[in-house]
Amino acid sequence: MPDDLLNSFMTGPDENGRFGDFGGRFVSETLMPLILDLEAEYERAKTDQSFWDDMEDLWTHYVGRPSPMYFAPRLTERLGGAKIYLKRDELNHTGAHKINNVLGQILLARRMGKTRIIAETGAGQHGVATATVCARFGLKCVVYMGAHDVERQAPNVFRMRLLGAEVVPVTSGRGTLKDAMNDALRDWVTNVRDTFYCIGTVAGPHPYPAMVRDFQSIIGREAKAQLLELEGRLPDTIVACIGGGSNAMGLFYPFLDDKEVRIIGVEAGGKGVNEKMEHCASLTGGRPGVLHGNRTYLLQDEDGQILEGFSISAGLDYPGIGPEHSWLHDIGRAEYVAITDTEALAAFQLCCETEGIIPALEPSHALAHVAKIAPELPGDHILCMNMCGRGDKDIFTVAKALGVEMEAGG
Amino acid sequence: MTRIDDTFARLGAEGKKAFVAYIMAGDPDPAISLEIMKGLPAAGVDIIELGVPFTDPMADGPTIQLAGQRALDAGQTLDGTLAMVRAFRETDQTTPIVLMGYYNPIYSKGVEQFLAEATEAGIDGLIIVDLPPEEDPELCLPARAAGLDFIRLATPTTDDKRLPKVVTNTSGFVYYVSITGITGAADAVASDVGPAVARIKAASGLPVVVGFGIKTPEAAADIASVADGAVVGSAIVERIGRGDAPADILAFVKSLADGAHRA
Repeated sequence: MPDDLLNSFMTGPDENGRFGDFGGRFVSETLMPLILDLEAEYERAKTDQSFWDDMEDLWTHYVGRPSPMYFAPRLTERLGGAKIYLKRDELNHTGAHKINNVLGQILLARRMGKTRIIAETGAGQHGVATATVCARFGLKCVVYMGAHDVERQAPNVFRMRLLGAEVVPVTSGRGTLKDAMNDALRDWVTNVRDTFYCIGTVAGPHPYPAMVRDFQSIIGREAKAQLLELEGRLPDTIVACIGGGSNAMGLFYPFLDDKEVRIIGVEAGGKGVNEKMEHCASLTGGRPGVLHGNRTYLLQDEDGQILEGFSISAGLDYPGIGPEHSWLHDIGRAEYVAITDTEALAAFQLCCETEGIIPALEPSHALAHVAKIAPELPGDHILCMNMCGRGDKDIFTVAKALGVEMEAGG
Repeated sequence: MTRIDDTFARLGAEGKKAFVAYIMAGDPDPAISLEIMKGLPAAGVDIIELGVPFTDPMADGPTIQLAGQRALDAGQTLDGTLAMVRAFRETDQTTPIVLMGYYNPIYSKGVEQFLAEATEAGIDGLIIVDLPPEEDPELCLPARAAGLDFIRLATPTTDDKRLPKVVTNTSGFVYYVSITGITGAADAVASDVGPAVARIKAASGLPVVVGFGIKTPEAAADIASVADGAVVGSAIVERIGRGDAPADILAFVKSLADGAHRA
């Protein structure tokens, strides 16, 4: 690790939105003035105490923060090694970490006088969070969701509609998250004057990766303070799952300069990371490219055409990853591994049985890696994993994978 | 003088506006696509915009997106597109060819390698939708150094404050996107376009052609009358997509070209 080259890992991005060679502003000219306006407004908001006071108030009274830091005794016992803590972001209002970021972006949209909010969603968690906050502030909300995801995440689609959002099924491509993001960008270039694009992850053109990270960093800041109080020291290892990587950046960022803390990101390995490319592990099985406004690791073929990822988890089904993760990967500050669908399903069940917590399929990937490494670690090794979402939305997918017949609502 | 400069000089001498036609390379398959391309100059096309297929064309509407998909399904690659240009140049050394597309296929090949192959193949300029001036060191500056024109898109959101930045490092001509939106969407309106074109011409000193939302010979004439030329893409690509015979497609292109040249 290049300790001698960098005083801090927390200074990025630079003025061009770069984390090393990654990030940037690869968007059409129509969007450039918009993202420059957004960047300027975010810079103003960042140093405006009233903005953060509003955030704090909503985090506390609307979302239910801080989320608990929970010691998982039976999981720890079962795995027989490291002491396992779960950061309970699945207990947030709307059931995942996504709302942390949405609140920040919607407050910014209000500052900018925008009246129409658009969002893309994969598993539906970001869409639900966006629809929720739009309802709270009386803003019009349009959510782009891949047609395939509309089908496999039906409960979340209904939730968004109950909350007053218009859900647009996207049929281009393979109808997943990447295609939803394309259509959201198309909407944005068409409706530039009144519309704010609320991106759900640490990807997209600058300033989104940095801005979403900053809003999600509440996770890591809380985790750090909670573990210091509970254990009197920092954790030895922190683990989070990664699709675009927002919950992971949120947990990791406040720990980046604590060089004794081992940081592990867990990508979706789908059916296995091999030449068949039936996975979503951009760092483990991709190479750098440019998509959706930023340079980052991508799943692509030799011609630079983007490949459709594959994962049982709709929330991880994205062929790219946030540019800051690509940078952390290349400089070696964080490690990135892949977990298969099968391993994630086993971890999902393990968590239900041992802790009475039904996790989302996304953090089940992180948990599967925890289950791999914990047994080899000593009992005084503190391991903290971000439980970034609850599994209610996934029970039909899991039932199908386990061969259980179940009717929705039955 | 580049082929693009020659073309605008010739049109200026003739008192005519430019007609620019867009087709997607390899759509619906490489053979038919080359046949159509070879017929464009005789149909009155002054400059050919050749689309480079990409899986995620974020600034394009469904018509161009489907064209890219057809081309990719038929096996088109960036290498295939360069080969198509070489084949075209065997019989046409004068018609300017501008590649239009997205950055990733070029980045994937490697910028230096791509520029060497593109200049050798006879490409005159590049329009890369997702490379704004903020990213000029990526491809714009190396392309200019290699002798290729880098043609910028200016849009209705490009205000006076931003315009100087947009026209810096650009050459050949400027492509004014007549609407906020994606290709093939709303109709362009000449009364809105005229003042914008004048503003961009004054700032850049370059010819300004207008595209997005031009679908008929009348619209081509209308828009060309307030600019240095008109671009039609989706309306042509739609006919390729529904399987019209190349001769019928070229007859439609000729009607558009006649419209623009009437202006």
